[in-house]
Amino acid sequence: MKIRNRNEGIKQEVNMTAMIDIVFLLLIFFVMTFKIAEVEGDFSVRMPLASQSSGVVDNTDLPIKLRLRADPQGQLAAIELNEVQLGTNFERLQSMVLGLVGGTAPGAAAGEGPEVEIDTDYNLRYEHVIDAISAVSGYKQGDQAVPLIERIKFAKPRR
Amino acid sequence: MRVRSKKQDVSEIDMTPMIDMVFNLIAFFMVLINFSQSEANDRVVLPKSVLVKPPEEALEFPIVLHIAPDGEIIVGGEGYTTETLRIALGRELAVIRADGKLPSDANIIIRAHKDTAAGDVQEVIRVAQEQQFERFALRAKEDRS
Repeated sequence: MKIRNRNEGIKQEVNMTAMIDIVFLLLIFFVMTFKIAEVEGDFSVRMPLASQSSGVVDNTDLPIKLRLRADPQGQLAAIELNEVQLGTNFERLQSMVLGLVGGTAPGAAAGEGPEVEIDTDYNLRYEHVIDAISAVSGYKQGDQAVPLIERIKFAKPRR
Repeated sequence: MRVRSKKQDVSEIDMTPMIDMVFNLIAFFMVLINFSQSEANDRVVLPKSVLVKPPEEALEFPIVLHIAPDGEIIVGGEGYTTETLRIALGRELAVIRADGKLPSDANIIIRAHKDTAAGDVQEVIRVAQEQQFERFALRAKEDRS
């Protein structure tokens, strides 16, 4: 009986063309949809409707009033903290807040401590409001964030 | 003269390393692809802040409101104004109530463009407050500079 040489007879190449086509398509899809995600974070603000909170006896002093004025283009024109003019310098604002709350804020539990009320011109750009919130809510010491004021609310919008 | 058969010269390219690399690349991009990015909106460029950190745990019942520079509010891909936003929030409220939760448990995530008028953001907050929402998260980009 003749025995066929197995190696010669069955040797068969797998056709990879179709697979490579699909794989390249997948690769192109993922490369195109790839987007470098920026790191985002939140300022958490607890703001119940004003009428509810006014009925409750406030256990802290009156809120610190932060007034932000805008020029007609929406740029920051002036910062006032409790009627004190601070120019447009957020660092001055921060040092003044630091002087006001002192060392009490870091020890205070979340949701306690002094409150700041932000009263801004209607057309002020939102980024300045975020800058102001950053300045009053804490500062960075190396890699550590030191909290200052954690309670923030907005005054009524000015039309 | 003897002519050599051409078939002898045909040499196959070894594709194994290439396929290895391509599969690695696909795996890399698949792992990195972030479908939750769909909550971002192309019209919104967030303001920067040095203080924000990515949240350690996901917020409960997040409702994402995008606010474009012209004050248009985008919720779930649809545009609203401060007057019609109430309808969108009402719809979200129904879902929250159906889950047996209160509006004060939900988190309103505000993704406003950096050049939006602050008053527009305040108006959005006011509308949400009228619907008994209490918790707001003002979203910003982390500024590492």
